[in-house]
Parts: sequence; C-alpha cells; structure tokens
Amino acid sequence: MQVYDMPDARGHFGQFGGVFVAETLVEALEELRLMYEKYRHDPEFLAEFAYDLKHFVGRPSPIYHAKRLSDKIGGAQIYLKREDLNHTGAHKVNNTIGQALLAKRMGKPRVIAETGAGQHGVATATIAARLGLECVVYMGAEDVKRQAPNVFRMKLLGATVVPVESGSKTLKDALNEAMRDWVTNISDTFYIIGTVAGPHPYPMMVRDFQSVIGIEAKDQMIEMLGRQPDAIVACVGGGSNAMGIFYPYIDVPNVRLIGVEAAGHGLETGMHAAPLTANSPVGVLHGNRTYLMQDADGNIIETHSVSAGLDYPGVGPEHAWLKDIKRAEYVAITDDEAMAAFHQLCRTEGIIPALESSHALAYAEKLAKTMPKDQVILVNLSGRGDKDINTVAKLANITL
Amino acid sequence: MSRIQSTFDTLKSQHKKALVPYITAGDPHPKWTVELMHTLVKHGADMIELGVPFSDPMADGPVIQRASERALVHKMGLRKVLEMVGEFRKTDAHTPIVLMGYANPIEAMGIAQFTQLSKQMGVDGVLTVDYPPEECGAFNQALSAAGIDSIFLLSPTTEPARTDLIAQQATGFLYYVSLKGVTGAANLDIEEVKKRVAEIKTKTHLPIGVGFGVKDAATAKSVAAIADAVVVGSRMVLTIEASNEDNLIENVSKLMQELRTAIDAS
Ligand SMILES: Cc1ncc(COP(=O)(O)O)c(C=O)c1O
Repeated sequence: MQVYDMPDARGHFGQFGGVFVAETLVEALEELRLMYEKYRHDPEFLAEFAYDLKHFVGRPSPIYHAKRLSDKIGGAQIYLKREDLNHTGAHKVNNTIGQALLAKRMGKPRVIAETGAGQHGVATATIAARLGLECVVYMGAEDVKRQAPNVFRMKLLGATVVPVESGSKTLKDALNEAMRDWVTNISDTFYIIGTVAGPHPYPMMVRDFQSVIGIEAKDQMIEMLGRQPDAIVACVGGGSNAMGIFYPYIDVPNVRLIGVEAAGHGLETGMHAAPLTANSPVGVLHGNRTYLMQDADGNIIETHSVSAGLDYPGVGPEHAWLKDIKRAEYVAITDDEAMAAFHQLCRTEGIIPALESSHALAYAEKLAKTMPKDQVILVNLSGRGDKDINTVAKLANITL
Repeated sequence: MSRIQSTFDTLKSQHKKALVPYITAGDPHPKWTVELMHTLVKHGADMIELGVPFSDPMADGPVIQRASERALVHKMGLRKVLEMVGEFRKTDAHTPIVLMGYANPIEAMGIAQFTQLSKQMGVDGVLTVDYPPEECGAFNQALSAAGIDSIFLLSPTTEPARTDLIAQQATGFLYYVSLKGVTGAANLDIEEVKKRVAEIKTKTHLPIGVGFGVKDAATAKSVAAIADAVVVGSRMVLTIEASNEDNLIENVSKLMQELRTAIDAS
C-alpha cells in the first residue's frame, strides 16, 4: 500500500504550499521549521502536549450518536465528534496549545494570533494566560462587531485585541496584520497561526497538532461500532478541523472524506467563500500557493459567509492537494442551509453548534438521505454555537 | 548592457549615488501616474520603483497599503501598470523602471505573458516581494530570457549563506531592507546598515540599494554615504497622500529636490 507522505521538505503538496514570503520573514520561518523538526517527535514535548490536551482541554472529546436526528432524516446514522466540548468551545485549542508549548521552548515571551470567529483568538489568549505569555490578537473590524462575546472573552483573559481596518476588515486582513507584527517583532514574538494555511511549516504543524481529532476517532469508532465510518464530513474555512480529522484517515480505504465550504448566498451569486467548490484559480497568498478567490487582475476578492470562521478566500494547501488527487471531495452549503441545520440540531439533540460546524451538519443531512440506515457518517462538530447567538438573533430580528 | 547596469556605471564614474523614488501606480489616481514619473525624473530620480497595487500587500506598512487601496478603487491592475510604463517610455528611453509587487497578480496574468509584455513596454527589473529564490526558478529564467533584471531583497536577518544564494540569482542591484519590519516602519540604525552593507559587498559586485526606513533628507544623506542607491518609498507616498490636485506635482518636486540635494552632498 502506498503511504501518504506529504508535504516535501520545503512544504510542498504537489504544486501547492511552499514558502512565499518576503525575505524579512525567511529566517524566522527557518528557525520555526528547525524547532518543530526537533520537537515533533520528542517524547517529552509530546507528553506535555498530551497532558494538556487531557487535563486542560478535557480530551478525548466523545463521539455521540445523534440518534433522534438520524431517525428524523431517515438515512445513514449520524455521529458527532464533539470538539464543541473542548475547553474554550472549539477544536482551535488543540493547535494553540501545541504552538504555545513550542513558543515556550523557543523562549518567546510574546504570542500573536489572527482570528475570524474569535475562537482561535480565545484559544490563544487562554493558553497565553496559562503560560504567562503576552498576547495580542488581530481581528478584522467587521468580525469584532459580529463576534462581540469572543472579543470580551479575549479581554477577560488578558489579551489585547487589535481591530484591523484595512481591506475587507475580515480574517484575511487580520492575517496580513499579524504577519506585519511578526516581521517587526521577530526576536521576541511567536506567531500562532490558527489554521492549516500560511507558509511552511504552518500547514503541516497545525495539521499535526489537530490530527489528535482523527486519531481519537479511529479508536472510538472501533470501540463503539467495531468499524470505521463510511464518510467523514467537516467544514472548511482554512481547513484545520477538517485536516485534523481527515489526516489519520487518508490511508484508510473506503472512508469518504468530505470538506464543506461556505456557499454564502449561493455559488452563482459570487458571494461565497468556497474556492475549491467554485473552481477558483490557483494563486499565491499568505505564504502559500493554493486555490484562491480572485479577480482577473489577481487581486483577492471579498468573500461572504454568515459564519466568520469560514469567511476566507483561500484554503489550506493540503486540501487543494487532496482535491486534485481526488482523495477528498469538496462541496458547499449556503447560509440558509447552515442556519436550518443549526436550528435542527438545537431542537432535536440539545446541542447548539457553531455556525461553521452547521455547514458540515447541513451537508451530512443531505448525504444521509441518500445512504442506507446501516451506514455511518461521522461529522466533525468543530465548535459550540454560544459565540453565534447574537448573529442568529439578528437574523431573526431579535434584540438580545 | 541593461539600463539598470549602465545607470549605475554612469553614476559611479561621476561619483554619484542613485536616488530611487517609489510610487504606487494609480495613486492618487491613474491619470497622474505617468506625469508623476516624469516629474520624479526631472527632479533627480535615477531610477523609478513602480509599485503594482495588490489587495493584500503583506510586506508593506499602512502608508503603502493605503496607496494600493486608492489605486484599486480605480481598478488599477497589472495590465494597466504595464501600459503606463509603455506610455512613459514614449518620452523617456533611459530611466530604468523596476516593478515592485506581489506574486499573485503576476501568476494571474501568467509568467510568459507578463515577461513578454514587460519587455515590450520597457520594464527593466522586477522585484516580487513574496517570491524568495527557492520558489521562483522558472520566473527568474523567464525574466532573464527577456533581458529583465531580477531584483531581490536582503534583510537584517538574512544569514550569510543565504546572502550568497540570493546574490547568485540577483541581477541589476540588490535591495537591502534596512530594518526589521514593513515598509515605512521605525527609524533605521545607520551604523548597523553600514556594517551589513559592507558584509554584503564582500559577496557581490552588484550595486546595493538601501530602503524601507528612509524618512527624510538627512537619512537619505547618511544612507547615500554607505550605499549605491537610496530608495525612498513611504515618504514619497505620504507626500502624495497629503497633496491635492493643485499642489501634487509641486509637492513631489520639492521633496525630490530636497532628497537629491542631500544625497549629492553626502
Ligand atoms: C468552530 C469553528 N469551526 C471551524 C472553523 C474554521 O476553521 P478551520 O477550517 O481551520 O477548521 C472555525 C474558525 O474560526 C471555528 O471557530
């Protein structure tokens, strides 16, 4: 059997990935690459990481059979990998702990992060508080408005939140601004990127830290059902929760891997955040080569999604690769479909999902209808929806 | 011989240093760009760095990002930038033009078409900020085949072995980024720059330009004393930003005269 072994030494997944940054960042990335090489298989580092995941995050996260939901839909059985039950409420914390432990070993007293929905910012602020690191989070001004509760949480945790007013004032602009901070403060600062994007080694490193999700799921499915699922469904913004659950399954035959992008108002309207599904051209942004939503001049176009965490014009380079080699499939779900799935899960299972995760749920429901009752779909429930209640209320014209 | 090389050769024989202003094409409005370029030359520019607007200029500070945003309002894309160079060339056949920008607009146009159009319009050098030498082999070959210089950045954190690698691939001149940070950031440390430029000089015969922190005539003067070219970016753009239609050309001319005088006095 062929063993999946990506990326190459310079971070390429076929034509995707790589290190496309200004010379001012090259040495910092090289330092990070060497440190990560040193620690990624280091027993002491891995033990400390595992300890924190267990005692601080509360892992392993359970897998839950959404029986009432499955019955209601009347097709394949839907199981949920409950990343929403993690400390801080999403999968993001798995990665921030890994990177913060690395920052500590590198002797960097200051961490910075970009955030869209605020979940990665909260997770970074949380671990920074625990390790006594200074923390600055860049967040698009538009997202600061949409995700007010998370902004306040970050402040409670002692972080400084910097609203980014440039460009489209969303996640991509926050990432630009964090990069600028990093080049300016390279000697004392560690940049904790929140998804499987950015220049090498970030896509690989974030995937590795998040792959605890899939590693656990593989054991849990055997324990619960004595077999692996027929399909795994996860939402894709940059793609970290999806890579986390996909990666340990890449070499497992007969498990479909399905990434769900945000179709926003609909792919045909152009107001979406689905570069893979919409067949966007290949380009270079934020340090890597990937599929990118852009205009004819190569400028990045504004994206739209009801969920801030999926509102990103690119996608992690490994997803671009998995699409090209046809190991994973990519589909898109509109704002309205995601909202319907959100309400459905609230009322049938007593779980309030994140709007990001609701995209994965919505597709799983569609797919389940086409599959027999004895088949199994595992959905990565990447986060809880408490952060989204303002958005949901606003859509229903309710003032809280 | 390339226009860039002959410009540096001539300056050297006259014991002068190059003044290289940067402006973003299309800022404050596309109708001004060609006239601004001629104004820069009239008041002492030896070479022009012309920025290609990009939606996500990660290596630039807020000043140059705002210039990009002003230009993009008018849909100022790479194709139009190249047309402007062609327009400029109609009346100026000797001042070298270096395009400075990001990889994505070039890839969107396609490397073959970009190099062909650049050559046709009279571009002399290309600095692609987010194309480190490891990632741009094919692009460099295409530029070289078209007789266009590949300009690379060196930073305060670039290790000696990497300086060798970059110096091998670079043609025209090398651009030393004089501070840790983005364009227009804090003040540069002239002693540190002096030391680094001297080190780089032991590894290459290419002229060395210094930029990213040249904020005024005094800094330009001290940089001119230690480098072959002084690049002035954010300061130019700030002047453009602060001007209106009536005083734009006058203000830019005045700034250029100050810089030229300071550099020639070094
Ligand atoms: C709950 C949740 N799910 C998913 C995402 C999307 O990120 P990724 O695609 O990296 O998993 C986010 C991002 O903020 C999130 O908060």
